[in-house]
Amino acid sequence: MTTPIILVHDLHKQYETALGPFPVLKEVNLRMDPGDYIAIMGPSGSGKSTFMNILGCLDQPTSGDYTLNGQHVARMDKSALAKVRNHTIGFVFQGFNLLSRTSLLDNVALPLVYAGVDKQTRHARAKRLLERVGLGQYLQSLPNQISGGQQQRVAIARALVNEPRLILADEPTGNLDSKTSQEIMALFDELNQEGISIVLVTHETDIAEHAKRQIHFLDGRIVEDTAIENLRNKNSMEAA
Amino acid sequence: MFGAMLGEAWHAMGANRLRTFLTMLGMVIGVGAVVLMLAIGQGAQESVKRSIDTMGSNLLIVLSTPPGMGGARAATGNMPSLTVKDAEAIIELDGVSAVAPTINSSAQIIFSNNNWNSSVVGTTPDYLNVRAWSLAEGYTFTDSDIRSGTRVALIGRTVVDNLFGDISPIGKTIRINKSPFIVIGVLESKGQSLDGRDQDDTIIVPLTTAQRQLFGSQFAGSVRMIMVQANSTEIMNMVEDSINSLLRQRHNIREGSENDFFVRNLTAAANSAAETTRTMSLLLGAIASVSLLVGGIGIMNIMLVSVTERTREIGIRMAIGAREYDILLQFLLEAIMISVVGCLIGLTFGISGALLINQLSQTAIVISSQSVILAFSVAATVGIFFGFYPARKAARLNPIEALRYQ
Repeated sequence: MTTPIILVHDLHKQYETALGPFPVLKEVNLRMDPGDYIAIMGPSGSGKSTFMNILGCLDQPTSGDYTLNGQHVARMDKSALAKVRNHTIGFVFQGFNLLSRTSLLDNVALPLVYAGVDKQTRHARAKRLLERVGLGQYLQSLPNQISGGQQQRVAIARALVNEPRLILADEPTGNLDSKTSQEIMALFDELNQEGISIVLVTHETDIAEHAKRQIHFLDGRIVEDTAIENLRNKNSMEAA
Repeated sequence: MFGAMLGEAWHAMGANRLRTFLTMLGMVIGVGAVVLMLAIGQGAQESVKRSIDTMGSNLLIVLSTPPGMGGARAATGNMPSLTVKDAEAIIELDGVSAVAPTINSSAQIIFSNNNWNSSVVGTTPDYLNVRAWSLAEGYTFTDSDIRSGTRVALIGRTVVDNLFGDISPIGKTIRINKSPFIVIGVLESKGQSLDGRDQDDTIIVPLTTAQRQLFGSQFAGSVRMIMVQANSTEIMNMVEDSINSLLRQRHNIREGSENDFFVRNLTAAANSAAETTRTMSLLLGAIASVSLLVGGIGIMNIMLVSVTERTREIGIRMAIGAREYDILLQFLLEAIMISVVGCLIGLTFGISGALLINQLSQTAIVISSQSVILAFSVAATVGIFFGFYPARKAARLNPIEALRYQ
């Protein structure tokens, strides 16, 4: 049996408010094997963003376990978490989140700066990835000189630069038109076929259909998981 | 990684040039003012020190005063009450290492077809020791010249320049008030005295020659002034007291009557002048450093604004793997870079300002490597000190909130 890329067990998260503790995530369990492709769906306030933040090691659970690629990250200190974010995870955001005054090449190379990679290697790897996402001719351009879809490609190149095992994408097509969205999703599909695990949050069902598995959040709980449905269907068919 | 961060700090400085320039301006003015003020202050100290060094050390001077009678009193030294014998008595006192009785007056000096008016001093060979004055050329007169009253002269640099030009003066005959004197030595240049007189505009001749040939006085053996050198600074007050009582005794001044002479402690006067300039330069430096502090506060202010503006950027950096330490270092480096670059510009302005003042007004300036190092290290410290709080604020941001910041 392979080591799961994500293993979440009995995870709770609550925020302290003036009115007392407010639970955001309740008893969340999730197992994701390497190479899987999950779309998380759910209305706003259902806890999916908080869950993504915890998966991305930007936030810590109140209780429960989270094992990322075999590492117990729920009890790590801040600088160890920074290292995990740097080495194991690639982030893609809705708003692209590129540094506006920095060239595309340096934007893509930025995670390597924090990984302590030398300048030559940084630039070589960033260039290769920009070429891969089809932006090899814009190495020295600034983010505001290219289109939104192109900016998202740059962000994906940046997420890939440290060769992560897992990509977390928070509404990656939320700011894009449908044609560009499909192009971006095609890129994700391609990456998944190369063996990278992907978790993406989305509102749109046609985007979610790119994933192999869909998870629905409601009121801080996972209320639907297509993997489990499939299993159940399979079982009932066998029983029949 | 450090190199990459320096590059980013440089980049960030260039991103908002006007703001960076204005922030830096505080530093530029602060460092420029400190360097300029230190240069002027140290210059003043240096010129006072040089004057004191040329005066001779541990000096007391005894001057004659006119007797305390009613009616008009002549200027100090005009009624000669001091004599060579007084000087010979003073040298016997404890703690006195040398004594030089002098008479002086201005006289017209002629060499070939040039003439010059200079101060002529008649004195003994010890005068040069007391004044710590050496010869640039030739040799000095001796006690035997004093005894026989030879017509020889030592001349100062200014006199040489005005009368001789490029000709070597040694062995030439000059005329002082029409009497011929042979120049046997040229004095080393001393420059200005504390009161701003040109010490090189002088001629020294044997005391007896001056008394007999130049300033024919009705009081034989009288002198205007006696210079006394004490063995050390500590005993100068003691020596002053013993000169007072010795001279009162020799001049038969009764209890309760005023002295017909007075003693001045030149070294004490010079030291207080030095102390004054030292205090002045400290004060100048202190005032200037206030502007450094103001510059530092300016840096802190702008860095705080910058952290707020770049909250989202900080969030992105954290999400892709920057540790708190990396963010801290980044903002600290920016603050230090602003202050160090500002400091370099300030140094340039301060030094060129000092040189300009020197050119325009001939004010003495001293630019010491210490004052440059001091200004530089203060600037770096200000950068670190005032940059630390904003940098820490940036490093402690919560990445989730920072990412959400619009």
